[in-house]
Amino acid sequence: MFRIVKKEPLNPTVVLFEIEAPMIAKKAEPGQFIILRVDENGERIPLTIHDYDREKGTVSIIVQIIGATTFKLNQLNEGDCLHDFVGPLGKATETEGKKKVAVVGGGVGCAIAYPVLKKFHECGAEVHAVVGFKNKDLVILEDKFRAASSVMKLVTDDGSYGEKGLVTDALKELIDAGNEYDEIFAIGPAIMMKFVSLTTKPYGIPTTVSMSPIMIDGTGMCGGCRLSVGGEMKFACVDGPDFDGHKVDWDLAVKRNQMYREFEMHKHEETCNLFKKEAN
Amino acid sequence: MANMSLKKNPMPAQEPDVRNKNFNEVALGYTEEMALDEAARCLNCKNHPCVSGCPVQIHIPEFIAKVAAGEFEEAYQIISQTSSLPAVCGRVCPQENQCEKHCVRGIKGEAVGIGRLERFVADWHNEHVTTPPVKPASNGHKVAVVGSGPSGLTCAGDLAKKGYEVTVFEALHLAGGVLVYGIPEFRLPKAIVQKEVDNLKALGVTIATNVVVGRTISIDELMEEEGFEAVFIGSGAGLPMFMGIPGENYKGVYSANEFLTRINLMKAYRPDSDTPIQHPKKVAVVGGGNVAMDAARCSKRLGAEVYVVYRRGMEELPARREEVEHAEEEGVIFKTLNNPVEILADENDNVRAIRCIKMELGEPDASGRRRPVEVPGSEFELDVDCVIMSLGTSPNPLIKSTTKGLEINRKGGIVVNEDGLTSRANVYAGGDAVTGAATVILAMGAGKTAAKAIDEAFQNK
Repeated sequence: MFRIVKKEPLNPTVVLFEIEAPMIAKKAEPGQFIILRVDENGERIPLTIHDYDREKGTVSIIVQIIGATTFKLNQLNEGDCLHDFVGPLGKATETEGKKKVAVVGGGVGCAIAYPVLKKFHECGAEVHAVVGFKNKDLVILEDKFRAASSVMKLVTDDGSYGEKGLVTDALKELIDAGNEYDEIFAIGPAIMMKFVSLTTKPYGIPTTVSMSPIMIDGTGMCGGCRLSVGGEMKFACVDGPDFDGHKVDWDLAVKRNQMYREFEMHKHEETCNLFKKEAN
Repeated sequence: MANMSLKKNPMPAQEPDVRNKNFNEVALGYTEEMALDEAARCLNCKNHPCVSGCPVQIHIPEFIAKVAAGEFEEAYQIISQTSSLPAVCGRVCPQENQCEKHCVRGIKGEAVGIGRLERFVADWHNEHVTTPPVKPASNGHKVAVVGSGPSGLTCAGDLAKKGYEVTVFEALHLAGGVLVYGIPEFRLPKAIVQKEVDNLKALGVTIATNVVVGRTISIDELMEEEGFEAVFIGSGAGLPMFMGIPGENYKGVYSANEFLTRINLMKAYRPDSDTPIQHPKKVAVVGGGNVAMDAARCSKRLGAEVYVVYRRGMEELPARREEVEHAEEEGVIFKTLNNPVEILADENDNVRAIRCIKMELGEPDASGRRRPVEVPGSEFELDVDCVIMSLGTSPNPLIKSTTKGLEINRKGGIVVNEDGLTSRANVYAGGDAVTGAATVILAMGAGKTAAKAIDEAFQNK
């Protein structure tokens, strides 16, 4: 079974889980993801891998507690087991052969940006980090980012920590200051990745984004994760999750991800009420 | 004395207007009286032409003779000699194109209801015999099976009975493959699939769910590091195809695989499931195969008005006649001789209509079917809020891209010889991964062939 060996809240809504999954830990690479189910009636949700320990046989994920499934997940504690945990899925991020890269992370996306950044660093690239959060309370992994990057910009929307502004502003400053990047890697909310791609396009800097569309099986069977990339249909689970940010049809990707928003809000309320009832 | 009635005993079924609102099984199965009466229609011909039509060569007249004698468990034992999933095949095999097609009684009148009798016997066994099968002594050889669909389960079952130590690797969280994610509950109750899987476990088969071969572990690693001496690949068909028309990524456009998986595997129609599904008002299912019929009938059960949009005519529908009839009875509307050209959406990218063009049948094409030709200027819009694309699948690249030296044909299927052996030593394959989308029973036949070849290869070592 997939036992939770460590549970660590990183900020009020973001939690790190370290899960016992030796087969996945043996194979996992930065950029890949897993699919989990919390319980027997649970939904299959894809989450990008944050870290792995091949010796201990564990895989870490960082989860934003946002909907019914993540709410249920957060009810579990160290020692409890997940019903299902499968992976590693998708292709690993290509990190070799780069001289200088900038990794841009937004919010909980930083959880996934970090292992990619670390891998670029280990592969010998000079790595600059640009990380953005809503406010000071939501900042995660600051020390880890700092340790693996030679330049780090931390921005918050409200200026309560680091510089006030958006990641795109900070990234533009770095580019305008004369930094010549082989590649920009962005991960975060779709809207952020869209604007990072729009920012880098005029400079012609190759920009890779990590997409997280709606998905069921994660092996190519359902086609739910399809995206339009350069006018071609791509499946994020087998062709991705990394794609050329300059070619992704962003508006469609953003809208497709909102397909079940109403259901999710309803289900979340239902789940919260259920736990409230149980608590009474 | 044989029963010389020209007609089969009809299959009792839920009324169409009742069943199109629930997910319970449509066909209710023969009673003992019906089974005895139907079995008496078999003439027990000496040359038993029916057997030649069966991909797994069930000893049909022998088992039917046992049914006629009221010896139902004996009948079950005869079927089990060659078929590992009788309760499944009795329900989903296209018998009209196989055993029953060759039945002598079919020359004048209707063939013997072989499929219905098979189902009766399997259900009788499952209801009355609770002792699980006995695990045979191990012969010490380890075999890995990739995929727990019909070919994988059959291969695993046949090998386990011979004492092989078999592990079945399944990518999803539940074993059964297309039997659980594809075929709906109302055609094949999932409890029946589970029972077959439990029987395999009793035979000593290990079922490892949540393992994606090609990602979690490769075929080479299974053989070099995990000690499996042979591998059978039964990984199924693959990636759903789309038409390449504008609007296929709008919200409300599903592949049949996604739609059916949400319903069948994830039980999204049930209130206690956390998996969402759209409850559409009007649905266009594009395609005319069995999967399209399943998608249409599921949509109906979610409360929608359902159209099947197919570019050829009713006569050319590739689905089984019985499935088409069931769908029609349940109120599915067939818009044949129409082809979609575009999917249209509202300002929020939700599907609002599908634009089609009328077709007419021209000269026969290479397949012998009359080729559909567009009628110029005949485009029209059909108001729908959901479109389900059921156009078949293309092979999944996962295993071929991670297995050295595995030969693939032009269409992406795995190349095998008549024994199911691939271009790699000790690696076999069968089912949709080889043939592209086909039937459950053909996949089972392939699993059976490979199991026999694997056993012979070990015997000759």
